[in-house]
Amino acid sequence: MNTSVTLCGLPLENPVIPASGTFGYGKEFAELYDIDCLGTFSFKGTTRQPRFGNPTPRIAEAPAGMLNAVGLQNPGVEHVLAEELPAMAVFFHKPVMANVSGFSVAEYAETCAMLDEASQVGWIEVNVSCPNVHGGGLSFGADPALAAEVTRAVKAVTKKPVILKLSPNVTDIVSIARACEDAGADGLSLINTLLGLRLDLSTRRPILANTTGGLSGPAVFPVALRMVWQVYEAVRIPLVGMGGVSTAEDVLEMMLAGATAVGVGAANLIDPYAAQKIVEGLPAAMEKYGIENLSDIIGGAHHG
Amino acid sequence: MKQSVYIISENKPVAPEVFRLVLTGDTSAMTASGQFVDLRLDGFFLRRPISVSDWDDRSLTLYYKCVGKGTARLAELSAGTELDVLSGLGNGFDLSVSGDRPLLAGGGIGTAPLARLAKELAAAGARPMAVLGFNRREDILLENELRALGADVFLATADGSAGVRGFVTDAVPLAGAYTYVYACGPTPMLRALDAAVTGPGQYSFEERMGCGFGACMGCTVQTASGPKRVCRDGPVFRREEVRW
Repeated sequence: MNTSVTLCGLPLENPVIPASGTFGYGKEFAELYDIDCLGTFSFKGTTRQPRFGNPTPRIAEAPAGMLNAVGLQNPGVEHVLAEELPAMAVFFHKPVMANVSGFSVAEYAETCAMLDEASQVGWIEVNVSCPNVHGGGLSFGADPALAAEVTRAVKAVTKKPVILKLSPNVTDIVSIARACEDAGADGLSLINTLLGLRLDLSTRRPILANTTGGLSGPAVFPVALRMVWQVYEAVRIPLVGMGGVSTAEDVLEMMLAGATAVGVGAANLIDPYAAQKIVEGLPAAMEKYGIENLSDIIGGAHHG
Repeated sequence: MKQSVYIISENKPVAPEVFRLVLTGDTSAMTASGQFVDLRLDGFFLRRPISVSDWDDRSLTLYYKCVGKGTARLAELSAGTELDVLSGLGNGFDLSVSGDRPLLAGGGIGTAPLARLAKELAAAGARPMAVLGFNRREDILLENELRALGADVFLATADGSAGVRGFVTDAVPLAGAYTYVYACGPTPMLRALDAAVTGPGQYSFEERMGCGFGACMGCTVQTASGPKRVCRDGPVFRREEVRW
């Protein structure tokens, strides 16, 4: 049985990729299990300068999921290069996916250019879809022309594969996906969180200090699957499908819809061993559904 | 941190809206008073973080207040129910700096972790004192347990039904001289206490959490030494680190 796939030219032992923002820079999980079992992971969204993020509360419960409004807290790319990547080299021995966010096209390019120098970085995942910051993130991912501009600017400064992470909070995700592909994106990851809100009945105010937050967890899985399906039909570049994936069966479903690799996000937060369990569950799930080579099923649900 | 299955051996009300929960299981990950556990509850996505009041080789004692749907669900669970628990979370209190006359300040349910703290301080030869604040006499928690450990206990209640009328800060002057301050309670109480005490101390904070083990950055607060995760770098912070 073969779980390997190829993502933008780089081999993955399996398609399971803990999603950015749910796995830090890996060390909290490496203390619990050997994270070399993963295909790779996407590290915490990193910006040019350190960011504190939003005030607390940043987290709220939702039916079959959660809202977060962390707001891109991160130590900044210089710290990531000087401290996090060398520390990561001790416990993770595969190319890592670098997740990058920014507040201007130039900032995206500068941060990506700095990460291009890091040999540990296999892919650059460009987040144009954070719903929790103002003037950054989603403002680039909601407009095809701006998403294309970010894509071109990043492609110009790195030879590493560039994967644009798309938002579901748009009218037509297909047009954004096509714009990124036309601008030279090597892959797309989708979906980021869905913008949501919870109120506290006692205070009659929003629970989150940021008022709104991004919904993730099993609640969003069908939405993510539908968007992966739609985008797969519209582009030729590989997709990293994510949104509510919690089991090996979810991975198969996401791949049948068109994903080459599959992100695991909120599941890591409620079960720290979730990604490992999904990796370990893949062979049995493949056997159950008669799959010999996992890469054979990518997009398989689209053909008769 | 350890993920394991615990069995509820006791879950009963001890004060209005407040329950004592005793869980039997593997307590090997517990290393310090002030640490917490994160409980998975059927029907809820996020775990519920609850501080540990005491533990031994095979059981944990927790106190929780029913403040929402999750804790209301927890209150319905009966003895024998299995719970998926992350145990040994957070840094806990540092006892090595207490001096011989530490002051322990608790507000409401925040009194819970002070029980183990007092026990360990007493075992180390210190003579802890406690100042505890509650709304009413019937809300008082752990007073007898703390006295049994040899601690002098000074109470404040908002309605004056026990101890001094007012807040925990109003009980501080009753305690006399102290060598160190340990405190746990809601943030407004900690902030008020901070203005009413002198000298070094450690405060345990509560915050809405995502994961409870440092992955999601959902509970980060600003401190004098930069952003810190309440779940992983805390919940206990040194007084001088705290930015109000």
